[in-house]
Amino acid sequence: MTIRKLLIANRGEIAVRIIRAAQSLGISTVQVHSEADRDMLAVQMADEAVCVGPAPAAQSYLSIPAILQAARDTGADAIHPGYGFLSENAGFARAVVDAGLIFVGPDANTIDRMGDKAAARATAIAAGVPVVPGSKGRVEDAAQALTAAEEVGFPVLIKAAAGGGGRGIRIAHNAGELARLAPQARSEAAAAFGDGGLYIEKLITNPRHIEVQVLGDGTDAVHCYERECSLQRRRQKVWEEAGAFGLSTETREALCKSAADLARSVGYRGAGTVEYLYDDQSGDFYFIEMNTRIQVEHPVTEMVTGVDLVAEMIRVAGGAPLSITQDEITVTGHAIEVRINAEDPLRQFMPFPGKLTSMRVPEGTGIRFDHFLYEGYQIPPFYDSLLGKLIVHAPTRDQAIDLMAEALGSLELGGLRTTTPLHKALAADPDLRAGRIHTQWLEPWLEQGNLTAAAEEA
Amino acid sequence: MPDIQSPLPGTFYHAPSPDSEPFKKQGDQVSPEDTIGLIEVMKTFIEVKAEVSGTFEGFSVADATPVQAGDILAKVG
Repeated sequence: MTIRKLLIANRGEIAVRIIRAAQSLGISTVQVHSEADRDMLAVQMADEAVCVGPAPAAQSYLSIPAILQAARDTGADAIHPGYGFLSENAGFARAVVDAGLIFVGPDANTIDRMGDKAAARATAIAAGVPVVPGSKGRVEDAAQALTAAEEVGFPVLIKAAAGGGGRGIRIAHNAGELARLAPQARSEAAAAFGDGGLYIEKLITNPRHIEVQVLGDGTDAVHCYERECSLQRRRQKVWEEAGAFGLSTETREALCKSAADLARSVGYRGAGTVEYLYDDQSGDFYFIEMNTRIQVEHPVTEMVTGVDLVAEMIRVAGGAPLSITQDEITVTGHAIEVRINAEDPLRQFMPFPGKLTSMRVPEGTGIRFDHFLYEGYQIPPFYDSLLGKLIVHAPTRDQAIDLMAEALGSLELGGLRTTTPLHKALAADPDLRAGRIHTQWLEPWLEQGNLTAAAEEA
Repeated sequence: MPDIQSPLPGTFYHAPSPDSEPFKKQGDQVSPEDTIGLIEVMKTFIEVKAEVSGTFEGFSVADATPVQAGDILAKVG
């Protein structure tokens, strides 16, 4: 069944991106919005717009009944969930299908399976994807913890089996530390989760975060190579690249193939991302999780492969087979994306929901700015702070960093405070240019005052 | 009678979490550095400080209400 009218159950820059993809496919669009988002760019661009509730997301963008009602009222035959909000909510995917509509994304059962940590890990192992070495299931006492730790090798993480959110996690570098810390972790886990069971996992020191873009049509799956997303603050990605620097050809091929194998093994449909930790010392990579949606940083992959990921996910949702084969997907040059957030990086990243008084956007070969801004737009305070994404594409990584620095210099968003100064400082940093970065790099760099120093020089 | 104004636009909360007691009740003593509420702005929670001393006379807007910068959140007598 081909999609004729697509409802976008999201907001911000990704709503704009989805509307553009739908328009390129000749599909008409319905944009839902909250009362606070009437002025949003996507509302102006869509063929139809429906208000689905008040400002709080719980009553609008997360309201499954209101969104399904909007789809019925407008005669939409498919719903694109974007990222965040309901995009990885299996209940929503199921409700959409039960209402006789197409969910632009994988099957609800796939969302459930990949959203459950233990099930996702088991699925990865079954598909031959390397996972972080850990205990075989729960450990109940110090002796079992020691046996497991010696098997995977120190240092290890001691985690609550029932856990989440970092509570109960300890690092043990040797047997002595493990003997001292395991009982503490056990009592903390018991207090927090009512379950003192522990899980032992190998600690990868200063890992890089590398992820692989996959596309599937429910039968076959391909990968669109990898992205490097190691620059993170509070586990939020800040600066993303395609591809990952310094990988051997063998490692890159094995990494990317494992992601496509995993997607194929679950009959994946749509765009997805398989995330890995990468150990620079050993060259080993380990599966962490799979995100069953389009991601914020998808444009860097589009720039280097030329594949329109959002259009492709809409096409396969409508029942078409993948339009490209693996050997048709090749990488040209290097791409970088930075997230332009309405936050003041010089004041502890304080949110800044101001009014955009003037706007100048960089243009030129290899420059792309995905955003939802226009002059006079009042940024609502109710949602996340992402304003847009500045993306550059150049023949080499060095040239891409240079082009990013140049493009950032031409980006002017009057009346707002944004993360632009952070990205300018990063683009000028010798460690970043040399690739001496990992997931634990950015926060200490900020704490050492590198950003403040760069801002004072500028 | 000093008013406590919102420093930012966002959603104003009376209590640190939905299950907790409000930061202040009518008749409570207030010092300038006391937190009287939270503003949720772009998924970040910012503490609202009283910045005045006196006796708390009550919130001027309901819990979990969208507010603009400069809106009166509470009154201190």
